[in-house]
Amino acid sequence: MCLAIPGKIIELDAQNAHLAVVDVVGVRRRVDLGLLHDEPPMVGDWVLIHVGFAMSKISESDAVDQMRTLTMLGEAAAAMQEVRGYGLENEEPEAPSERWKQ
Amino acid sequence: MKFVDEFRNPELIAKTGEEIRRLADPARHYRIMEVCGGHTHAIYRFGLKDLLPSNVELIHGPGCPVCVLPMGRIDDGLSLAAQPNFIFAAFGDMMRVPGTHGSPLEYKARGMDVRIVYSPADALKLARSNPQKHVMFFAIGFETTAPSTALTILRASTEGLHNFSVFCNHVTIIPAIRAILDSPDMRLDGFVGPGHVSTVIGCRPYDWIAKDEGKPVVVSGFEPLDILQSIVMLLHQLRNGEAKVENQYKRVVPWEGNRAALRAMAEVFDLRPYFEWRGLGFISQSALKIRRSYAEWDSEQRFSVPGVRVTDPKAAQCGEVLKGVLKPAQCKLFGRECTPEQPVGALMVSSEGSCAAYYNYEHRKPVTIARAAAN
Repeated sequence: MCLAIPGKIIELDAQNAHLAVVDVVGVRRRVDLGLLHDEPPMVGDWVLIHVGFAMSKISESDAVDQMRTLTMLGEAAAAMQEVRGYGLENEEPEAPSERWKQ
Repeated sequence: MKFVDEFRNPELIAKTGEEIRRLADPARHYRIMEVCGGHTHAIYRFGLKDLLPSNVELIHGPGCPVCVLPMGRIDDGLSLAAQPNFIFAAFGDMMRVPGTHGSPLEYKARGMDVRIVYSPADALKLARSNPQKHVMFFAIGFETTAPSTALTILRASTEGLHNFSVFCNHVTIIPAIRAILDSPDMRLDGFVGPGHVSTVIGCRPYDWIAKDEGKPVVVSGFEPLDILQSIVMLLHQLRNGEAKVENQYKRVVPWEGNRAALRAMAEVFDLRPYFEWRGLGFISQSALKIRRSYAEWDSEQRFSVPGVRVTDPKAAQCGEVLKGVLKPAQCKLFGRECTPEQPVGALMVSSEGSCAAYYNYEHRKPVTIARAAAN
């Protein structure tokens, strides 16, 4: 719950302006952008996600650092489980890429 | 030296450790509180205490939302969920937290409809797909999660979705810090400020700690180097007799916070006159309630809540550990009756609880960065 998960904005939702698809280490999920209303991210931007809501924009290198921190804390698996859980989607999650594996 | 490779800048970590030893006056004993449970977890995981001289002591603060929630609130939430056609939705962290008659997970085993969600938005989605049922989201967390709950209520209101409500347990960090500073048995020299909470509230809300209490605050990131650098910054201030708020985590935390998040919170929430915290007792204006204008989405305004007060199991000393008066291992139940597998108190449930962190890392003495860097 308190994990800050880094993700890259892949696609903005044409129907719902406050939704976007993010990619977190190969897993794609919909997150809410409503809390970045004052500074809406664009496709390609990196964000930190808390409980399904993008909370801040960050740089790509900070995103890499944050994922490494989660890995070092032993929280990367929990973070990926959380991301896969967003939206209660039924689709099969993709396998996380090798570089983040613990 | 496997662990060293995983960390960035092991040399810099070792150097920062040396800098801390150089700055710490051997004639003084420093007590520095890390407010956030995420920092507590990192400090134990990386064995950072081993890099600090013995006169720089880290005290674990109240920043673990699961840990500070009194048992009565869990009982209240679960009693509401006993109604027919009711879905109890909560984050996974809540599922194993014991109530008087069991945890949410145990209630699920007895047949109650209990669901794990990873986002309040998913609880809303459950309500959309279960129009015949009422979905109650059991909301916990500091300012890191409160804006998401607020925005979810705003979305429910816009959609006119009426089979959804929030049992709001959101708390705010500043009054808890004030309560700790007011506590007569607590002497602190400075604070490692929370990273992600500050993303939302910014750095200004800590001003009074520096100005009125004369204690430095450094908002910190979560990497080993972040935390050690924050301690260096605190020691610098203490050495120069200064007390100010500094931001070590500038790459993520804007000084002014996240205004859109603060607006959403202000629109939906009001301060409760007081709220009970486990270990800290009743603290005035320390928690959020849902405004009357959104009463329809407030479980407490919509349903009758028993308002149970439950004292913690007598033998468990969660309160003393939460206040930093006792170390986890000094509790009588630690590692015996109370373990992460069979938690008696909430501090043993969450990975951010100091008891679980201490049990998993310190207690078992793993190889850590600190030991690797020190060698």
